[in-house]
Amino acid sequence: MRRVAIVGVGISRYGYRSDSNLAELAWEAINEALNDAGAGVEDIDTYIVGNAGVWSSEPLPAVVIGEYAGLQPKNGIRVEAACATGLAATRTGYSLIASGEADVVLVVGVEKMNESTTPQVVELIGRAGNYFWEFENFGLTFPGYYAMYATAYMKRYGATEEDLCMVAVKNHHYASLNPKAHFQKRITVEECMSSRYVAWPIKLYDSSPITDGAAALILASEDVAGKFTDSPVWIKSWGYANGTSNLSRRSDFIGFESTVVASRMAYKRAGIDPDNPVKFFDVVTVHDAFTIAEIIGMGDLGLAKRGEEYKLVREEQTYIGGLIPVNVDGGLKGKGHPIGATGVGMIVDLVKQLQQRADKGRQAPISRGMALAHNVGGTGHYVFTAVLSVDKP
Amino acid sequence: MKTVILKLKRFLDGLFEDPLKLVDDVTDSSGLPVVPDQKTGDPIWVDVREIRMRYTIPIKGVHPYIDSLRKGRLAAAKCRSCGKIYFPPQRDCPRCRVSDMEVHYLSPEGELVTWTVINVKPLSFMHHKDYVVGIVRLRDGINVLAWIDIDDPAKLDVGMRMRLVVDKRPDENYITYWFKPA
Ligand SMILES: [Zn+2]
Repeated sequence: MRRVAIVGVGISRYGYRSDSNLAELAWEAINEALNDAGAGVEDIDTYIVGNAGVWSSEPLPAVVIGEYAGLQPKNGIRVEAACATGLAATRTGYSLIASGEADVVLVVGVEKMNESTTPQVVELIGRAGNYFWEFENFGLTFPGYYAMYATAYMKRYGATEEDLCMVAVKNHHYASLNPKAHFQKRITVEECMSSRYVAWPIKLYDSSPITDGAAALILASEDVAGKFTDSPVWIKSWGYANGTSNLSRRSDFIGFESTVVASRMAYKRAGIDPDNPVKFFDVVTVHDAFTIAEIIGMGDLGLAKRGEEYKLVREEQTYIGGLIPVNVDGGLKGKGHPIGATGVGMIVDLVKQLQQRADKGRQAPISRGMALAHNVGGTGHYVFTAVLSVDKP
Repeated sequence: MKTVILKLKRFLDGLFEDPLKLVDDVTDSSGLPVVPDQKTGDPIWVDVREIRMRYTIPIKGVHPYIDSLRKGRLAAAKCRSCGKIYFPPQRDCPRCRVSDMEVHYLSPEGELVTWTVINVKPLSFMHHKDYVVGIVRLRDGINVLAWIDIDDPAKLDVGMRMRLVVDKRPDENYITYWFKPA
């Protein structure tokens, strides 16, 4: 297996992007990543497009983007794993290089969610789980699935809706310092608490928005990485797991077994102590599709003791300067959640963090040289975790 | 309009009638289906082709279990070889790699594990008032996800005793199942 470096990163502005179509949005990120790597389209051997689609009009996004970006006749395919599409696509690109099949791979995650109306998007995401047994008769929604975790967690451990809102306040704070983020303004706990319920106990301000956006990576083998940069960030290890499609087949609703399995796989491969992973990372992303997801995610990843995750949030230990900075790019909650781009966008920001070129006011101190990305598809249906490192593995 | 099938179709047609009428007028007068985006004013081409999807889902493999709803029972599949109970029911036991299942009627009694209230509804459920969805662990140890019929969701609590009802859902008029406090 060859080692794989990230030699260029790019990200579009996230938000309501009525000014751009799917290919234009993808190009915005691809162009920035190529510039960052000092590379041209001619350097790319093959490419992977992360796109969940359905709400947008183009059914063959990899072909449409390949033509638009001048990549044709190079081969590219679409990879899909619900909201974990971004890291799934990155993993596929990684494997092509590690296996020796390609030297330079472009990974682009892109989503144009606002080509459909909000009720249509609510319908389509609500169907993501087990359509026949859990949607057809019962009309679950994406916040609804997570709300069942929120209810069980809050009842069991005594977390409050204010605790959930504190996650939103933190992530909006960092989003306000990230010019590419969907939301550019800070919020207060009071504003969050007075927002309307979308799926009790989850409120509008607990929820990631419907976002358009794209993010791109240039991945290179250890043999050619030096051609592009002297200080790449390396993909040190991967972990991945799936959950059951039916939520009814899960035993409790206080965490995702899939995140536990995926993170332990990544930790083991990277030599990280699973009982104390906090000591190994300078900064992490935790998939916060909803505020409750960041809380249970911290427990699942072993970053906090199960049942005490929300106390770290209360004590502001997940801000920069605290025990472990979480989602300092604004997270899905503040930066936005353009499904296929989300995981790729996490990597983009973690690379900049590790290279100490994050935006002013949200650069975490880098001393350990390692970062963790955690990307969940659906409600724990897919989980991918990636450990990044400034040192060659 | 006896069941939800035609009711929902008419409801959705009604929902999109006015906005589409506007686009129709603009297209007629300007020659192009181009309108300003409601939030940004950016020019938007409104798709002139509508796609309608209605899936036809094979249930031959689980027909006895679906059909038991007409007898007022919720059924799981039980592997005759290893005894494992599958709910939702399935035709094949991947553990034994045989397809020899029998109907196992589930206990109608159980305890509430968790729940939510769906306030913002999907398009195909927008004709409903807010509804409660919960997961109940039945006496068999099997979890079932369904609506909960309760006047005030604030009365719900973890461990609350629930009873399964199999009947025609009011207004929608097809047989499904839900829980109510026991
Ligand atoms: Zn069996």
